[in-house]
Amino acid sequence: MKSLREMDYSVLQQCMHCGMCLPSCPTYEETKLERHGPRGRIALLRAVADGELEVTKALGEEMYYCLGCLACTTACPAGVDYAALFETARAEVEDARVLATPTRSAVRWFALRLVFTRPRLLRALGRGLRWWQASGWAERARRAGLMNLLPENLRRLEPQAPVMRARFSHELIAPVERPERVQRRVAVLTGCVQDLAYSEVNRATVDVLKANGCEVLTPPVQPCCGSLHAHNGDVRTARELARRQLDLIDPGAVDAIISNAGGCGSHLRHYDRLLADDPVYAARAAEWSRKVRDVAEYLVEIGFRLPRGGAGASGEGGNLAVTYHESCHLCHGQGVSRQPRELLRAIPGVELRECAEATTCCGSAGIYSLTQPETADRLRERKLWHLRATGAAVVATGNPGCQLQIENGYRAAGEQGPEVVHPVVLLARAYREESGEVRSV
Amino acid sequence: MHDTLIPLLGERLGAHRVLTAREDILPYGFDGTATLRGRPRAVVFPRDAADVSFVLGLARAGGVPVVTRGSGTGLSGGSVPHEGALVLCLAKMDRILEVDTANLALRAEAGAITQKIHEAADAAGLFYPPDPGSMKISTIGGNVAENSGGLRGLKYGVTRDYVMGMEVVLADGSICWLGSKCVKDVAGYNLRDLFIGSEGTLGVVTQVLLKLLPKPAARRTILATFGAMDEAAGAVSAIIAAKIIPCTLEFLDRTTIRCVEDFARAGLPREAAAVLLIEADGHPAAVADEAAQIEALCRAQGATSVKCAADAAESAQLASARRSAFSALARVRPTTILEDVTVPRSELAGMVRAVEAVARKHGLTIATFGHFGDGNLHPTILTDERDAAEMHRVELALAEIVEETLRRGGTITGEHGVGLAKKPFLRRQLGDASFELLRVVKRALDPDGLLNPGKIFD
Ligand SMILES: Cc1cc2nc3c(=O)[nH]c(=O)nc-3n(C[C@H](O)[C@H](O)[C@H](O)COP(=O)(O)OP(=O)(O)OC[C@H]3O[C@@H](n4cnc5c(N)ncnc54)[C@H](O)[C@@H]3O)c2cc1C
Ligand code: SF4
Ligand code: SF4
Repeated sequence: MKSLREMDYSVLQQCMHCGMCLPSCPTYEETKLERHGPRGRIALLRAVADGELEVTKALGEEMYYCLGCLACTTACPAGVDYAALFETARAEVEDARVLATPTRSAVRWFALRLVFTRPRLLRALGRGLRWWQASGWAERARRAGLMNLLPENLRRLEPQAPVMRARFSHELIAPVERPERVQRRVAVLTGCVQDLAYSEVNRATVDVLKANGCEVLTPPVQPCCGSLHAHNGDVRTARELARRQLDLIDPGAVDAIISNAGGCGSHLRHYDRLLADDPVYAARAAEWSRKVRDVAEYLVEIGFRLPRGGAGASGEGGNLAVTYHESCHLCHGQGVSRQPRELLRAIPGVELRECAEATTCCGSAGIYSLTQPETADRLRERKLWHLRATGAAVVATGNPGCQLQIENGYRAAGEQGPEVVHPVVLLARAYREESGEVRSV
Repeated sequence: MHDTLIPLLGERLGAHRVLTAREDILPYGFDGTATLRGRPRAVVFPRDAADVSFVLGLARAGGVPVVTRGSGTGLSGGSVPHEGALVLCLAKMDRILEVDTANLALRAEAGAITQKIHEAADAAGLFYPPDPGSMKISTIGGNVAENSGGLRGLKYGVTRDYVMGMEVVLADGSICWLGSKCVKDVAGYNLRDLFIGSEGTLGVVTQVLLKLLPKPAARRTILATFGAMDEAAGAVSAIIAAKIIPCTLEFLDRTTIRCVEDFARAGLPREAAAVLLIEADGHPAAVADEAAQIEALCRAQGATSVKCAADAAESAQLASARRSAFSALARVRPTTILEDVTVPRSELAGMVRAVEAVARKHGLTIATFGHFGDGNLHPTILTDERDAAEMHRVELALAEIVEETLRRGGTITGEHGVGLAKKPFLRRQLGDASFELLRVVKRALDPDGLLNPGKIFD
């Protein structure tokens, strides 16, 4: 990875310090300090590139206070590639070890190098967690006050952990599924959190693609896409994971590579940049990047078939009020904003109610809710407040991190809350209702 | 004194309102102007006029310069700090204090964001017309200090036309109210006007009382393209001669049109020499009539196409070509230098051609767009600050553009202020007597020269 000093200076220079990004930045909004806004962060990074500032602890903390939500890139008139700066900066912070403590290093090693590079190990841990959640032990331990023995971070983490599904993606989806008439061929990426906690989204993704003439390849064991690593300063592992992904799925053999998680998709699209200097993989990575699509984007692109059935939950054919929360990395990172709404509007009976600040981060931001709990909580509160104001019975969103964050928010507030779902789950239900087929996943 | 300054500030304001760490203050070293930078000693965030007065008192005692800052979007280097200065940032004094619908007035703290003022007026069914392109983040204090314009200047005027009163803290720490809610008020000198456009060199504005208007009931947007610069200028003259004052009359030149097409694909013809974006607002019947006349006049002057928006959505789409101009230009090269020269309207076509000639002569890309109705052009130089040879040619080109502007009876800045960027040209424009008068005023109000020193003049 090129450092800030080595990277293409024009990326830093592209910022003309106009400040137009400031009002959309959640951390600037919170403090009104330049350092906590995109313009200030870019200025600090440029100072590092210019040799006026070393990578200090304060700079490290700043780059981890940034959500990486990329709202600034949507707002920026000059087209500043903040995502590239952000990843480079976090990598440099890690290289300089300015934030390193024995615990932090151990946690990073465990998560980034051990668990999230080994899909089978991750699933095994998922099964363990499922047992813990389902067996009643979690509840018992909580009542007995045993959780207090855990270190603070873990104690916070445990109730926020997603509920593991009874069956993971490979137990719901065959490696190859074909519709009656094959018009296209696509590969579906099942993700990490999505695979374990929201496997029904993966099933629904395959269903809607099949309903639109796609032959769907879903390798049963998939490596993590590396977005977690790239966003957290471990570019070397991110590269390794990208290569493994390219070994597993040949982009030349499919029309599109489908992601249904905003956070993953945003990273997957940049394999070309990530592996640009790789003598073996660069060409393949470029083709990969050309073919990556978010599922909603792809469905709109191929002119998906309008469903005749309703969205299920409406019961007696009444209207179903749905609001849409935009995942940062879907709308700001990938520019996919219109298409998920098109899917929702296409479903008979769905009334789409826009939510204020729909494109503002919910505070999930990868692992931000663990590293910066106070800010994450405030962002979540604000998000819930706007969601409640719509009065919608369903919140649709295209990223597992957002889904979990919003679900946890309602739970923490002691509310039943609306159903939180991925748009394709609603679309899949609508297709199923047409044929009267009911399958619960 | 210097060593006690920071602790004393911290004691009064709280340590979190006084920033001194490198990582904290480095981002206050610049504003929206390309290539200008400075390094402050500290950045402080006052809560009210009393805090400001306290800060100015301490600064005066220690002989420390003070640079007032809003959101730092200025385009002439106004809030770029003097080496070792205290930056007094009003961004946290951002409350809207009062919307007075009986007197059509709004009072806000100086750090309130312009957009929020629009929204507050709009929520009361009222209208605050000045709309600088930076309004979603610029502060009202910054607007007053620069006397900012916007896209509606032709019909509605600029910030100055909406300031009824203000609270100002003077260099000696005294807190004054200037103006009132009265429509007419001639008690004493009109000092309020003295502070409008004073760029933080005479005092610190802490509150602003603004005049509001009833919201216009209807609005109509027209986009006309022309094959020749003179035809566009002719259309503008014809519209004004027909006694129509559109609220917006904006212009894009050939280079801008091509950049907009390359980066934003707004559907403009690449071979066009000029595009005019015209907006009429007011009573629905009057607007419909004016729009029809404007359309006819543009055609009569040889417009190659005239599009009239049918509804709000279409209006927004037509306006997007103009709105994306600056962003499209900013993407072309690493450094974007935005000029602000203004000429009498009759000189517009000649001025645009003169800028084109300067660009050719120095081998530079200069795109011109701007507020045609106001005679206010933004020749925008697309360059790279790291290319010393090219930057030298940029300097020469800027000087020639200024020369040409003054020759045509124009001004070096229509709305961005003098700051640091236009300082070398001010005496030329004003002449010795007027220039010295500025200094007399400055010395009277700021005898120690501590308020934003080195801005406007030395
Ligand atoms: C993308 C973009 C578009 C723009 N479009 C326009 C436009 O259409 N029309 C236009 O006129 N300008 C425009 N500008 C320029 C700029 O936004 C305006 O000058 C704006 O008013 C500056 O406000 P600010 O809060 O950012 O002030 P700053 O940049 O922080 O300060 C500007 C000057 O005002 C002084 N100042 C600020 N606050 C106070 C105060 N409370 N009391 C005393 N002095 C103070 C500062 O010392 C400085 O000299 C644009 C800028 C950008 C980046
Ligand atoms: S990524 Fe989000 S938090 Fe970070 S600077 Fe951009 S807008 Fe702000
Ligand atoms: S909007 Fe873009 S160019 Fe302007 S300050 Fe923010 S990042 Fe820089």
